[in-house]
Amino acid sequence: MDAQSANGLPADGFVVFAKEECHTCQLVTPVLRALSRSDQKLAIYTQDDPAFPAGFAVIDDTALEQSFHHDIETVPTLIRFSAGREVARTVGWDRAEWERITGLQGLGEGLPGFQPGCGSRSREPGVHEHLVARFGNPGLGARKITLGDFDDEAEACFDRGWTDGLPVVAPTDARILRMLGGTTRKPDEIVGLIPPNLAPCTVEKVAINAVMAGCKPEYMPVVLAVVEAALDPVFTMHGLLCTTCFSGPVIVVNGPITRAIGMNWGINALGQGNRANLTIGRALQLVIRNVGGGRPGEIDRSTIGSPGKISCCFAEDETDPAWQPLSVARGIAPGKNAVTLFQGYGLQACMDQRSRTAEELSRSLALSLSAVMHPKLYSATAAMLVLSPEHYAIFRSAGWDRARIEDSLLADSTRSGKDLVAGAQGIAEGMPAKFADTMVPKFWRGGLLVVRAGGPAGLFSGILAGWPGTGIRDQTQPVTKEIQA
Amino acid sequence: MSLSMRDPTAETGSQRRPRTPPPASLEGATVALLDIGKLRGSEYIDRLQARLDERGIASRRYRKPTPSRVASTALLQQIAAEAQVAVVALAD
Repeated sequence: MDAQSANGLPADGFVVFAKEECHTCQLVTPVLRALSRSDQKLAIYTQDDPAFPAGFAVIDDTALEQSFHHDIETVPTLIRFSAGREVARTVGWDRAEWERITGLQGLGEGLPGFQPGCGSRSREPGVHEHLVARFGNPGLGARKITLGDFDDEAEACFDRGWTDGLPVVAPTDARILRMLGGTTRKPDEIVGLIPPNLAPCTVEKVAINAVMAGCKPEYMPVVLAVVEAALDPVFTMHGLLCTTCFSGPVIVVNGPITRAIGMNWGINALGQGNRANLTIGRALQLVIRNVGGGRPGEIDRSTIGSPGKISCCFAEDETDPAWQPLSVARGIAPGKNAVTLFQGYGLQACMDQRSRTAEELSRSLALSLSAVMHPKLYSATAAMLVLSPEHYAIFRSAGWDRARIEDSLLADSTRSGKDLVAGAQGIAEGMPAKFADTMVPKFWRGGLLVVRAGGPAGLFSGILAGWPGTGIRDQTQPVTKEIQA
Repeated sequence: MSLSMRDPTAETGSQRRPRTPPPASLEGATVALLDIGKLRGSEYIDRLQARLDERGIASRRYRKPTPSRVASTALLQQIAAEAQVAVVALAD
């Protein structure tokens, strides 16, 4: 008799992996009986029913440990071992192959010559990563923390200060491995230094925080692009984090990936309800918090803050081919996926249901835009205008494109300095006296970003106010970055 | 079965270092006056520099291009090389 190892594998002989729910496995039961009568050792591992196939001393592999270690993709799988090493393998039922591997002739008399097998339970969606985590080497570098049997994982994350105030998904190995499956980049690759602590951040750390935020693996390319855009020096993420102002990163996603991952640019685009919109922005904030060490009340000194600092992320409506997407306006090739990060907060409404011409609407939107930061502070910050479909339709019917709309808004939001200087209108706040005799633009060219989003009904647009830091234009700017796979 | 998670943080620890004690005297020292770019920071530094001048204490002015960014390493090294004491006009 051949030697047999502790896990039931014969050093010399045959191993079969099977499951009861597989018709081909049931079909080959008489073949297994013939094999068991031969002078060779036979071990049968069952993936689902420990009593299948009946009449054999099967080995229970419902935990799928041996199926994982032998990389079983299909059942039945027949493997021949010699001197403790695998020397041949076949999957499904193929009489010629089974006879070649076993050296036995006349196997499966009465059976068809060929029948494909079924998928191994170890390869069902979401299972493989669990098996890697449990039986293999997950290859993760982050410190492992094991909870007590009765610990609640959500509470454990709160207790460790890892959350933004909302519960997070526990970053288990299986979930992290699935998340890493969403990118071609290596887990140990350094994405950059995360402010404020300038801590090195790996792709794996991004994946861990993306798990916690509730992302799906297919969001990973977007999340990585968002993190990298935030680390562009000209985005000044450190300053944006520690400011006393309201602002945080506002994320606009462009390109076909918005459809692929189901982002929302329509009804309630900046509201609740869409997983991708909400969790991509949240993942960035968790990276800043957990890897960078940026926490409210510590380095984050925002006086009032804003709800968008949990997540402010949406897709642009690109359904009108005549409209130039924001990413294209900012230098990305048409059809490419990209993220744009803007330092902002909001929303402020512009409810105009009476304008019928493009000129009227431009003046009306410009007046609403004048309130950004303060109605008497001009050329001091940027803004993002979220143009709704019904407002856009007025511009479109007049033949106005992005450039024309932006030009008109910049012109219509320019105002006489005498109304704006400190003390004018009985208000101490305002522009320095030197502006009294000049016309002062509310925004500089490039300081007003127009994005299309929103549901089909409603003559309303939204304004995301910018951050005063963007007033020093060569130092702080929005950043647009193409998304890599 | 107990659950295992991975640490989402940078896995770094902070180290508390004692503050450098203030000098007993400013005699012979050069005081760096750093304007971080906030509104009216220069007014504060003007006043401070005038007071230092009255006492015969040397001072040098420095400025960050924007309060939104941390001081560059080059600027910090320059201040460390040229002054023994620094005052930062941190807020407006």
